[in-house]
Amino acid sequence: MSALVEPRKWERLFWPLLASALFLALWHYAVLWTATKIFPSPLEVERGFIDLIHAHVLWPDILDSLRRVAIGYFAAVALGIPLGLLFGWYPAVNQVVNPVVQLLRPISPIAWIPVAIIFFGVGDYAAIFLVFLGAFFPIVVTCVDGVANVPLIYRRAGTNFGLTPPQILARVVFPAALPQILVGLRIALGIGWLVVVAGEMIAVSSGLGFLIIDSRNSGKRYDLVVGAMLLIGLIGLALDMLFRRIETIKPVRWGFRNES
Amino acid sequence: MSTKIAMETDVMAPLFKTKLRTNALSMTFNRDGKSMSVLENIDLDVGDGEFVCLLGPSGCGKSTLLSTMAGFLAPTSGEVRIDGEIVRGPDPRRIFVFQERGVFPWLTVEGNIGFGLGRLPRAERAQRIAHYIKMVGLEGFEKSYPHELSGGMKQRVEVARALAVNPDVMFLDEPFGALDSITRMVMRGELLRIWEAERKTILFVTHDIDEAVQLADRVVVMSARPGRVQQIVPIDIAHPRDISSSRYLELRDGILNQIGLAHGI
Repeated sequence: MSALVEPRKWERLFWPLLASALFLALWHYAVLWTATKIFPSPLEVERGFIDLIHAHVLWPDILDSLRRVAIGYFAAVALGIPLGLLFGWYPAVNQVVNPVVQLLRPISPIAWIPVAIIFFGVGDYAAIFLVFLGAFFPIVVTCVDGVANVPLIYRRAGTNFGLTPPQILARVVFPAALPQILVGLRIALGIGWLVVVAGEMIAVSSGLGFLIIDSRNSGKRYDLVVGAMLLIGLIGLALDMLFRRIETIKPVRWGFRNES
Repeated sequence: MSTKIAMETDVMAPLFKTKLRTNALSMTFNRDGKSMSVLENIDLDVGDGEFVCLLGPSGCGKSTLLSTMAGFLAPTSGEVRIDGEIVRGPDPRRIFVFQERGVFPWLTVEGNIGFGLGRLPRAERAQRIAHYIKMVGLEGFEKSYPHELSGGMKQRVEVARALAVNPDVMFLDEPFGALDSITRMVMRGELLRIWEAERKTILFVTHDIDEAVQLADRVVVMSARPGRVQQIVPIDIAHPRDISSSRYLELRDGILNQIGLAHGI
């Protein structure tokens, strides 16, 4: 398909559905051909899930995971954006802080699990803290870069119209950097969703991550393990698609290259 | 053949009230440890309400001169005075107009034009915005975002944003440089119309000789690096200018000669 041709409406739905159907078929026949006794087929996963829904455990697990991501993520946004703008705005501050940020950033939030448990004990706060850590650094780093990339002429125009430095930050630099910051926020949300599952496997006893580890430990229910994995994938996709809608609102759309 | 331009500088003298003056302005940049002289000893007087074009080859420092006059850069030596006061920084009384890249893409046409009007009461602000939208001919595009506009329309937005705060001086840095040649011609006419209505002092940087001769009261021809004032050419043709008149061609050819270019290509 040529990139110049806008895909037709039915195509936009048809091809992803076809790919999903092919994937399920491949999975189904792979289970049949290999005659595995452990790995479940798609139909077994479906049956296991219906059991879970009847037992009223699936929804609470989903909501627990989403709640932890929401709290940790919004805390990271609330702290990360102001700090990122500050570091970007004062290069001298950034020079001091940046080495620490760059040192902490590559540490997987999963490596923080023992530390999180020391700080917060086994429970919600440990998992939320891990989500916060995973989301915080990408937000700070994209904010710093976003501010640094604001063209000089925008800042000059701001000063020319008599704005004070705080006004320039709020009325020029922040909106100019917003598209780039949104990219960071989207990446951070994805990471938060990745991290919550890992955190729930160890630090708490609810949520989709716990569902996976619990299903394995209590009776090797691999139908539920795989089902939870698929559900995690679907929810992650839904979150990302929701976030992409924000990128189409007009005050930021200019910053995304799919728009002229 | 060296046709010397008839330079009746005294023609301008009687109605001249200095608005902006540079005294022995020099600018040196440090690049890779080497100091490079960009502007040398610029002495220039610009009258109140005058339209002056700074003309020169690229790299001659004309944009640097403009940024210095606007207060974005501090001169290495010498000074810029506006109304007798030394310029120490940018000021809303003198607005710098960039190429259309200076329009804020996150604001609508209205939002851009009203950007410098934050202190006004809401009704007055709305009225000013409406006035300048009309002046630059953007009625119907109030709620549009810059990425929905053509280059010429964006340039109008930027000019209107500058005019809205009612500055005495406008600095325009190759404002039409990124536009196609037809739009550029239209925009020159529009700018002259606005200038005749509002009588701002305008400093206009261009590398286009025709543009300079069509617009300016005086053309300041600058030499290549280090930038110096090579010659100041008064354009003594009344607006609207007939660009095929013999005087127009004479002045244009004079400047071509001054820059050292032949007439034929």
